[in-house]
Amino acid sequence: MPFKIEARREMSRRLLFASPLLALVLTVLTGFVLFAAMGHDPVAALYHFGIAPLLSLYGLSELMVKAAPLILIGVGLAVGFRANVWNIGAEGQLTLGAVAAGGVGLMFWGEEGFWVLPLMCGAAVAAGMAYAAIPAFLKTRFEVNEILTSLMLTYVGTLFLSALVYGPLKDPAGFNFPQSRMFTDSALLPIVLEGTRLHAGTVVVILVAAAAWVLMSFTIVGFQIRVLGQAPAAARYAGFHRKRLIWLCLLLSGGLAGLAGAFEVAGPIGQLIPVITPGYGFTAIIVAFLGRLHPLGIVLSGLLIALSYIGGENAQVEVGLPQAVTGVFQGLLLFFLLGSDFLVRYRVRMRARPIMRPT
Amino acid sequence: MAAGDVEFGEGQTSATTGLSGTGSVTGRADSHAADNPPRLEVCGLSKAFPGILASDRVDLRVAPGEIHALLGENGAGKSTLVRMIYGVLQPDAGEILWDGRAVRIGDPRAARSLGIALVFQHFALFEAMTVLENIALGMDQPGERAALAERVRVLSAGYGLALDPRRDVHGLSVGERQRIEVVRCLLQNPRLLIMDEPTSVLTPQEIERLFETLRQVAREGCSILYISHKLDEIKTLCDRATILRGGRVVAECDPAAESARSLAQLMIGAELKTVKRRTGGELGGLRLTVDGLDLDTEDLHGMDLRGVSFSVRAGEIFGIAGVAGNGQRELEFALSGERWAGRDDAVLVDGQPAGHLDAGGRRRLGLGCVPEGRRGHGAVPTMDLIENAILSGHGPMGLLSSIFIKGGAARRFAEDVLTAFDVRAAGPKASAGSLSGGNLQKFIVGREILQSPGVLIVSQPTWGVDAGAAAAIHQALADLAAAGAAVIVISQDLDELLEITDRLAVIDRGILSRPIATAQASIEEIGLLMGGIHGPAGVSTGPGDSGHAV
Repeated sequence: MPFKIEARREMSRRLLFASPLLALVLTVLTGFVLFAAMGHDPVAALYHFGIAPLLSLYGLSELMVKAAPLILIGVGLAVGFRANVWNIGAEGQLTLGAVAAGGVGLMFWGEEGFWVLPLMCGAAVAAGMAYAAIPAFLKTRFEVNEILTSLMLTYVGTLFLSALVYGPLKDPAGFNFPQSRMFTDSALLPIVLEGTRLHAGTVVVILVAAAAWVLMSFTIVGFQIRVLGQAPAAARYAGFHRKRLIWLCLLLSGGLAGLAGAFEVAGPIGQLIPVITPGYGFTAIIVAFLGRLHPLGIVLSGLLIALSYIGGENAQVEVGLPQAVTGVFQGLLLFFLLGSDFLVRYRVRMRARPIMRPT
Repeated sequence: MAAGDVEFGEGQTSATTGLSGTGSVTGRADSHAADNPPRLEVCGLSKAFPGILASDRVDLRVAPGEIHALLGENGAGKSTLVRMIYGVLQPDAGEILWDGRAVRIGDPRAARSLGIALVFQHFALFEAMTVLENIALGMDQPGERAALAERVRVLSAGYGLALDPRRDVHGLSVGERQRIEVVRCLLQNPRLLIMDEPTSVLTPQEIERLFETLRQVAREGCSILYISHKLDEIKTLCDRATILRGGRVVAECDPAAESARSLAQLMIGAELKTVKRRTGGELGGLRLTVDGLDLDTEDLHGMDLRGVSFSVRAGEIFGIAGVAGNGQRELEFALSGERWAGRDDAVLVDGQPAGHLDAGGRRRLGLGCVPEGRRGHGAVPTMDLIENAILSGHGPMGLLSSIFIKGGAARRFAEDVLTAFDVRAAGPKASAGSLSGGNLQKFIVGREILQSPGVLIVSQPTWGVDAGAAAAIHQALADLAAAGAAVIVISQDLDELLEITDRLAVIDRGILSRPIATAQASIEEIGLLMGGIHGPAGVSTGPGDSGHAV
């Protein structure tokens, strides 16, 4: 082999931040080849996919609306990922949060009162936490792998929502469509920017990201979480409680996913329908890693991934690209990110020939 | 053969001169018989790694049948040199001569075909397989099983290495495991046997038996390259010694003619400090009492603790000796609080029951711990030194205000540790993983001592640490005891325990012997205890114990 791979003595901080950019560039290049191979004009396709949505106020506000749940969930998941607690079931926790918020909203249907919305959010957080408590209990009590339990519970959650909207919560005046009544105003998030769908939840999302940054960087709790993830034996040596931290991580990520569910039904959707998320809970995993598990990085990566959703729809309308393009782009991005991350810890060197004295 | 050393050396000098001239490979091979060239000669071997020249124009000469010591501190370049000789690494410059002939050793298989065998410091054995299976797996041509078993039996009997080929490895002691490696090497009729730190895990009796085997192997004409930093062993065993420091050869000498002290000074390149203990000081009150401690192990191959009892007074250094895997790890965990002791009053810190406190709770009572594992246990390699200072110091050093970390105070604490314990690091923001083993150990020891613990548990304080750092750590422990703390040192290094402890006990199969006063202890007595022979010699206690109700 003319080259070899060797571990770096110190992790390269420069590459740690450059690697997402490198991944982005590689994704765009691959997209270019892909569009050309499909017989589209690659420049026009990429323009409609990646740039056009950023050129109007409406496009930008839509970007934020899409990014809000991704960031909110991603921030929560990242806290757990730092501790090697792998909550893969945010999609289910989001769904349960949406069910709880929707249930409260419908229970007080037609009621006026400022307290309806906070009650919905509180119920959603509680529901998300309760749903994440199942993997937490199984993990701390029986050492059951939380990846499996949280993932499997997702499907239970989405089916539970379907059962409700096809049954007890179905709109009595809805011509038998599987959807609930539209929420009344007191159960809807106020719009921040007139003429757009930008709702108050997006502001909360930014505040939560900032709070998570403070938690992880400046408090002993965040420190304990990081130590547990990087060296579990050192955490025990320091007297940090592994089980308590696992509970904390799962409840926090579950609660935030539940809140994201409330923001979706009380924001852009406005009612309960069988499918309330295009996979936000799963995509947020990509968001968390793309943002380097850092709350502020996750804000940026959430916006980028949101662009892939909006750009995918836009390119579908404008250039006639298939809807699958969104998924392909997200997949490419994660693939290239993991590949580039390899360079953060390792480097490739041309193999030096052994210099021998002539004999 | 050893008497011919000098001639070999001189003869080789001329042969080497001839080499750089016009002599062809075959020509040199012909001169072999006349000149009696060394079995192995290494000329100007260099190897650079990123940021470090691990081997710098190293010369080494090993005569046939000679036991040659390679002596040096950790990081002196011993392992790099051995790995080049064994074909694991390729040198950047220089050459290796085998029986006077220049050779290129491309991989370990090539090394083995020349007749070079290596006994690793850390054996790679399959626990669930038998001795015979493990031997066969490590051979290039093991041949038929029954025949191999017979050869193993004959060879191990011939060298006094009792070994049953049918036994499973997981039930064997460390010494027996090493015998597997030695037998595996000897089966291939080696002409050069390389032993990398072979005695670090053996009892004194096992070491003596190993030395007899090695002498016999050498008498039969096989050269031995013996790597160690234990000076006494080298003095008793080796004919010649090459001393490495910082990747270079600093001296070649006859170890028998040198004192252990002069060898050590050559090795570390500085005056060796002896540990200064306060003398004749009165011991204070009981600081740590362990009473009937039972603990079941968590590990598959661990050891349950049974009825461990001892007590340590203020100002005293108490040693726990024993061969690895006899419950040291479990005892460390039970004392530090990483695991609960069976009963709350099984561990008393300054009279307070602490058995049911976690590590944080015991630290609040003034009990600190330097664990055996450094990377990933006593320190988080991926975190910087400030964060590693927070790891155990956040409580005792007052580095928190409610849940927030006081960044400035944490940084000052880390800097204090670096200065007070002469830790060589790029500064407090350097990652713990970037420190050498000795420096990281100094950092961890310093971090615990600066918290002024009343009781300090230290496990393997100088394992893999160079002599200079080891002396600094020993002095720091002595000073801490002199300031009124009780220090408990768990170590496999008997010399270390004899040097710094006041009393010591031996742990064997999870049971702790009666303590003996170190001044009255003999190496033989401790060695027998370590080997698990609790005869009359084992129960003798020094007068130092009489005052301790345990």
